[in-house]
Amino acid sequence: MSGVAVTTTINGDEVEFICQPDETLLDVLRDRLGLTGSKEGCGTGDCGACSVIIDDRLVCSCLVLGAEAAGRKIETIEGMANGDKLHVLQTKFIEHAALQCGVCTPGFLIAAKDLLAKNPNPTEEEIRFGLAGNLCRCTGYDKIVRAVQDAARVMKGA
Amino acid sequence: MGFDASYTGQKFKSVGTRPLRPDGVDKVTGRARYGADFNMPGQLVGRILRSPHAHAKIKKIDTSKAEKLKGVKAVITAADLPDLTDGDAGMYDVLDNCMARKKALYDGHAVAAVAAIDAPTARAALKLIKVDYEVLPHVTDVDEAVKPGGPLLHKTVFTGGVDPKPKKPSNVANRSQYGHGDVEAGFKAADVIIERTYRTEQTHQGYIEPHACVASVNSDGTGELWVCTQGHFVYRQHCAQLLGMDVSKLRVTSSEIGGGFGGKTHVWAEPVALALSRKAGRPVKLVMTRDEVFRASGPTSATSIDIRIGARKDGTITAAEATLRYSCGPYAGMWAELGAMTSFACYDLKNVKSVGYEVLVNRPKVAAYRAPSAPMAAFAVESAIDELAHKIGMDAVKFRIKNAAKEGTKSSYGPVYGPIGIGPTLEAAQKHPHMKAPLGKNQGRGMACGFWFNFGGQTCTDLNIGVDGTVNLAVGTVDVGGSRASLSLVAAEELGIAYEQVKAVVADTATLGYNDMTDGSRGTFSSSMATIFAARNAIKVMRERAAKMWDISVDDVVWEDGHAKAKGKKHGNLAPLSVKEIAAAAPNTGGPIAGHNEIVADGAGVSFATHICDVEVDPQTGSTRVVRYTVVQDAGKAVHPTYVEGQYQGGAAQGIGWALNEEYIYGKDGRLQNAGFLDYRIPVCSDLPMIDTQILEIPNPNHPYGVRGVGETSIVPPLAAIANAVSNAVAVRMTHIPMSPPRILAALEAEKA
Amino acid sequence: MVEVALLGSLSAAAGGKKTLDIEAKDIRELFRKLAEQYPGLEPLIERGIAVSIDGVIYRDTWSKELPEGAEIYLLPRIAGG
Repeated sequence: MSGVAVTTTINGDEVEFICQPDETLLDVLRDRLGLTGSKEGCGTGDCGACSVIIDDRLVCSCLVLGAEAAGRKIETIEGMANGDKLHVLQTKFIEHAALQCGVCTPGFLIAAKDLLAKNPNPTEEEIRFGLAGNLCRCTGYDKIVRAVQDAARVMKGA
Repeated sequence: MGFDASYTGQKFKSVGTRPLRPDGVDKVTGRARYGADFNMPGQLVGRILRSPHAHAKIKKIDTSKAEKLKGVKAVITAADLPDLTDGDAGMYDVLDNCMARKKALYDGHAVAAVAAIDAPTARAALKLIKVDYEVLPHVTDVDEAVKPGGPLLHKTVFTGGVDPKPKKPSNVANRSQYGHGDVEAGFKAADVIIERTYRTEQTHQGYIEPHACVASVNSDGTGELWVCTQGHFVYRQHCAQLLGMDVSKLRVTSSEIGGGFGGKTHVWAEPVALALSRKAGRPVKLVMTRDEVFRASGPTSATSIDIRIGARKDGTITAAEATLRYSCGPYAGMWAELGAMTSFACYDLKNVKSVGYEVLVNRPKVAAYRAPSAPMAAFAVESAIDELAHKIGMDAVKFRIKNAAKEGTKSSYGPVYGPIGIGPTLEAAQKHPHMKAPLGKNQGRGMACGFWFNFGGQTCTDLNIGVDGTVNLAVGTVDVGGSRASLSLVAAEELGIAYEQVKAVVADTATLGYNDMTDGSRGTFSSSMATIFAARNAIKVMRERAAKMWDISVDDVVWEDGHAKAKGKKHGNLAPLSVKEIAAAAPNTGGPIAGHNEIVADGAGVSFATHICDVEVDPQTGSTRVVRYTVVQDAGKAVHPTYVEGQYQGGAAQGIGWALNEEYIYGKDGRLQNAGFLDYRIPVCSDLPMIDTQILEIPNPNHPYGVRGVGETSIVPPLAAIANAVSNAVAVRMTHIPMSPPRILAALEAEKA
Repeated sequence: MVEVALLGSLSAAAGGKKTLDIEAKDIRELFRKLAEQYPGLEPLIERGIAVSIDGVIYRDTWSKELPEGAEIYLLPRIAGG
């Protein structure tokens, strides 16, 4: 057996898997655990479509090895809603039409969630630079920024 | 069913509102399934071996070692894809592009493929395939390729459209000419003439989702294909033809698509996946890497364009001439011809001539990028127009308004225009507050117009009414940007019911008739027309059912506000019947209630836009920041205005990237140097401001609601608007796109010298 | 009898002619007659030609009638993205 046995926590659940030493966390999520919400847009950490949060840190899961997940706390897009209650960001993205094809959307939502957790009152510029690690080719980012601004407003007020 | 497609000028209840899209929750939760999110039991991993040479004869391919590797279930080369194209030159090019038959024609050209039990095995197998190449001299630059005496891609190509036919082969596949009048006489009558050459570099559509599919071919000749595509019916047809399968036996399901913009209107790896599956006897999942997407899918043309425009002192253009060289990759298309057709389409010209040259180069096969070929031609023409206006001392917008095409103008590509929107978009831009906003230091403002054709095409929809009165709408145009919401609005409008009662889905090729692809800005235009007629057919049925339920003549039943109503005094006491009530009674009035429609939607009309842009250029670094951007475009009728805005903003953003940063960089070795998102730099969130949009609604007379296509036109003006803005900011005319920092600095240096 | 105008690669395929006179009542008949009288056009017709009638472009509606006196232009079958 040449694989690495890994125990980790994903979206609050304890998960065990075996992966190859050189397998990325993104490949593990998508191909071994059936969590296809995180997308591979480039495989080289340039597009952010694979964004996940590991121990409260935003990372590109294509740049993390599956083995590195051991003992950590991982949050993916699949865990963003609370049961059937969407996260405010998810609701605002739909309301503001902040998605067209939607393939970059999971990555943006994770990145925006991390941004607002660390900066609950961002300016437009801070939002733009905070999300500069996520590529979108459809929207021109206008409605994405507006959705994040609106979500921040609601989350502050709550 | 003979329904009239003419614009009716009706008032709308649903169309024009902004409800939430029906596929939104799936997309924000990660549940929506794209090309690579699907798996079949027993599936293998497919990988493609690609040429590292820009131009090489393939002498021999030895796959024996790869075949013997444990875990490898199939290895294929062109030998496993026999030529079934039956003289169809276009399909032969598709076949050769999917898997090189005699020569590798570009860095990244597919030469072999494997299917194995996992990715590491597939990768290892590729390394074991021995390809014997005879490297040939290559040419990758559009201007170099036309020079005589250089490397030839195909010794059998003699420039078409030239009389007499040339004696020597060349890399110029085709020459096409458009225009009317006498340009030489026109130039003689001009007081001012601008003459310049412009260049644009090759770009890629840059969709975030790489090409991906799962293919499964059975020994009985049936097959399934799950794929991200802009046109699953077209993919079915092409794959079936290339693999020798019956069209009806290949079932293609369109996944959600993560961007296409024209790049997913063409098969690249799908026939290979099917061929692998056929040989292996198991499903094969084939996903392109980002590197492969850049090297081996379909970028735009690179261009080199000469423009000459002359005008009188009063601002009337007397002559306009364009010579356009467009690269097409290793196989001829009609890219240069499209550039020639669109060059001067915005203007009313007595004397106009445009000549397009289709140039073969050792680069990937060109595919459409939104409005193919139009942005480059617009960049050249609109830059020259701006310069001409300045030289005459006339305002850039006023100059364009003076020469703008209108109803009755003979277009530069031939036909006379019907009612068109260029005048209105220019006037709206002129009045827009953006034009009056003050400019700061190192800032410049530019504007430009753009034109594009829109299309209709073969379309069908099925509208089925459930027993509870809610509606299923099955359409065949892939949803690239929210069309399921728009089409649901249209169905709701026609039936007179609430938007929430309609559920639109994209059907697969086995469950709906043929639909042309979602390209040419036709998704909403065509499918909405088919939806309207399908709904009207369903209404006919519901009137008949109501007549049965009331036991009256169907001639006495009208449809109003979502209800069947009995008209006439004698039926005065009959309460109207809702869709829900008629549907509930359906089992006993004749069975399921549906409306179908198969049409060829035509008469989509042409589309115009005007963009305004403010930039700030740092004179020390040459870096450009877009400070403000406004899109004014005619949508005919915005079915869902929010998604129309989205199309305007998206096209503008792509144009901004194209104008300022994006380009394919080839080395002297003929290899693509920047096949990734790090060095192929598309705009990120911090590069752009909010993008303002103004939707004009000049109804299209050939659509019941006046709808025009909107998806493509917004990429046509940005290159020129930004070039004009940068040129104004630095007071140097920019002629090479992209205007990256090194190019701007070089232009500033040259000016100082 | 309708007068059909053509430019670009279509004109080149018809021996450089810019206008053709054809007896045809609809697009289908027009294509058939064109293929007969100008064999150079046949491969292009097969690949697809668009017909502009008084400024409106038709790509597939071959039953569309050609009205007397209408301005008829043949254009290459343009595709979009």
